[in-house]
Amino acid sequence: MKAITSSQGLRILGALVLVAVVVLLLSIRLNQFRDYQIAEIATYVTAVAGLTVLTGFSGQVSLGHGAFMAIGAYTTALLLLHLNWPFYLVLVISGAVTAAAGALVGAAAARLHGPYLAGATLLLGVALPAVADAFNGAFGGDQGLNIIYNAPSSFGPNFPLTRWQAWVSTLVALVVLLLLANLARSRVGRNWRAVRDNEVAAALAGVNVAWARILAFIVSAACAGLAGSLLTITTEQAEPGAFTITLSIAILTGAVIGGLGSLTGAIWGSLVVVLVPTFATDVATSHGLSTSVAANIPVVAYGATLILVMLLFPHGIQGGLRWLLGLAGISSARTRRPAPVPEASASPHEFLLVREGNPHGSNKKEDTQ
Amino acid sequence: MVEFLQFTLSGISYGMIYAAIALSLVLIWRGTRLLNFAQGAMAMFTTYIGIEVIYHTHSYWAGFAVALAAGLVFGAAAELTVIRPTLGKPELNAVIITIGLLIIIEGAAGILYGGQFRSFPAAFSVVGLKVGSTALGVSRFDVFVALAVLAATLLLAAGFQYTSVGLRMRAAAFNPTVARLSGIRVGRVITLGWALAALLGALAGVLVSPSTFLYPNSMDTIFVYGFTAAVIGGLDSPLGAVVGGLVLGVLLSYASGYLPQGSDLTALVALGILVVVLMLRPGGLFSAAGVRRV
Repeated sequence: MKAITSSQGLRILGALVLVAVVVLLLSIRLNQFRDYQIAEIATYVTAVAGLTVLTGFSGQVSLGHGAFMAIGAYTTALLLLHLNWPFYLVLVISGAVTAAAGALVGAAAARLHGPYLAGATLLLGVALPAVADAFNGAFGGDQGLNIIYNAPSSFGPNFPLTRWQAWVSTLVALVVLLLLANLARSRVGRNWRAVRDNEVAAALAGVNVAWARILAFIVSAACAGLAGSLLTITTEQAEPGAFTITLSIAILTGAVIGGLGSLTGAIWGSLVVVLVPTFATDVATSHGLSTSVAANIPVVAYGATLILVMLLFPHGIQGGLRWLLGLAGISSARTRRPAPVPEASASPHEFLLVREGNPHGSNKKEDTQ
Repeated sequence: MVEFLQFTLSGISYGMIYAAIALSLVLIWRGTRLLNFAQGAMAMFTTYIGIEVIYHTHSYWAGFAVALAAGLVFGAAAELTVIRPTLGKPELNAVIITIGLLIIIEGAAGILYGGQFRSFPAAFSVVGLKVGSTALGVSRFDVFVALAVLAATLLLAAGFQYTSVGLRMRAAAFNPTVARLSGIRVGRVITLGWALAALLGALAGVLVSPSTFLYPNSMDTIFVYGFTAAVIGGLDSPLGAVVGGLVLGVLLSYASGYLPQGSDLTALVALGILVVVLMLRPGGLFSAAGVRRV
């Protein structure tokens, strides 16, 4: 937490406070549907930021983060239904339970790479919602669990619930972003990047590779669990239909589209994932198209957006913005930091080991691992 | 005992479909080191094209041939338009692009053909075969499914082994730079790989649709299991893809046959199989001894 006192820490804090104020003002100005969307975007930001840490910082891909969201969501629903604890407590417990699940998955995944990890997590995302069907006594089967969530009574009876949900979700998302930003700049974050860029070199520099990878899964899963918890209070239910593979893919898409190099990218990615389909639906329905066309135009537009963003901005929207700022001459050396390159030498020892190790052949043994 | 035989045979029939999808993923993985998430959606769309041809010509085989040809064209077109620009960019970009392609194709199918389930004809009788008075649990069409995928696999294997095009494809997959230096047009080879992969996918679509019905998402589950099969086998190994498909198909068939509520749990069982295999061999069953450069 020492990082927060540095100038960059203050900048991050300032930016987050600014976002909080903007969201606060917007949530009062806008209607209930838009408030709901703010809550939805904040939920996505929480999950996508977690995946950015996992994929962008530690180099592990997950196609099954919807499963972690489901764990968080069901934990929240069960605790609220049966114990009726205050939400902040339930939120923390949901995050902790999901973190434990993340530790399990992370430990199983620590040896897997690339497509093998993708395949295992994809199947996790497909399989887990089926548990709710198999044990429909506890989890309510297809119908899921319905909860009742209210805004605090001190706001008066006319205070819109959606506005409260938007506030809670945004607060959680911003706190998560702040914590992750600090973590990424700490020793833990440097270890993650060292492992991502070169596992063997990281291990030689004294990084515990397996633990670094598992820790990334724990942190990332906890974020997804918090997002699942937020989803439960926003939709007032936890049902298997909400956690299909489409959700997992949307989270990964948000992370890559936004830009895996930075947490700010998680915000851009979430905006695209939530707003593009809604916007396209508005356009399609306002033009009086037939239902099968109107229902699918947004789908096609969303897919086309993904392809276009990836072709135009190979490093995601955040990468594209940096490039544009650089063109306009606004960007200083400080802000123009292409993510992977300088970070490769984040640990000076690692750099030395790789350079010196090769001529002596001292790491030949590692070649055939 | 009879039950066991029935589950095994129907598992083999499904397993061959997973094997076809797995093989198509392996083809693309070896050529371009990326996973094509649109493989299932492309197969779904070519099957729609096939069904339209069948409606108009009243010939199953005309539809069959057109669907496979459409697969070839689709695969090549996808590679040339959206995949080629991503080569050399961060790996996940191409993955997101194939996901975008998947979403577009499923949306387009919804617009063109609507969301309702359509039945797809089978080439042969779907009445269960019998030996004496014992039902085998498979039909003449199931046998055709297994044989068709087997034939396609053997043709591909022979092509890779004995033709000059196959040699060039292997060289490009083995080392693109060296292949390019020795005069192989690696770009063309990659396009051909995508076309062949999509052809295999189209074959799987035509073969599986009589039992799953056809709708815009109809290939999603098949794709997930095909992908699982490829991972089980090891993504670099065509033989592994076939073995992975068969193993997965047969084990899932036992699971849904013997376990109570088994059909709800197939995905969980598949996850269990995958976890066990990857625990033992993190690179799949047929992975070569891993060499990693520092």
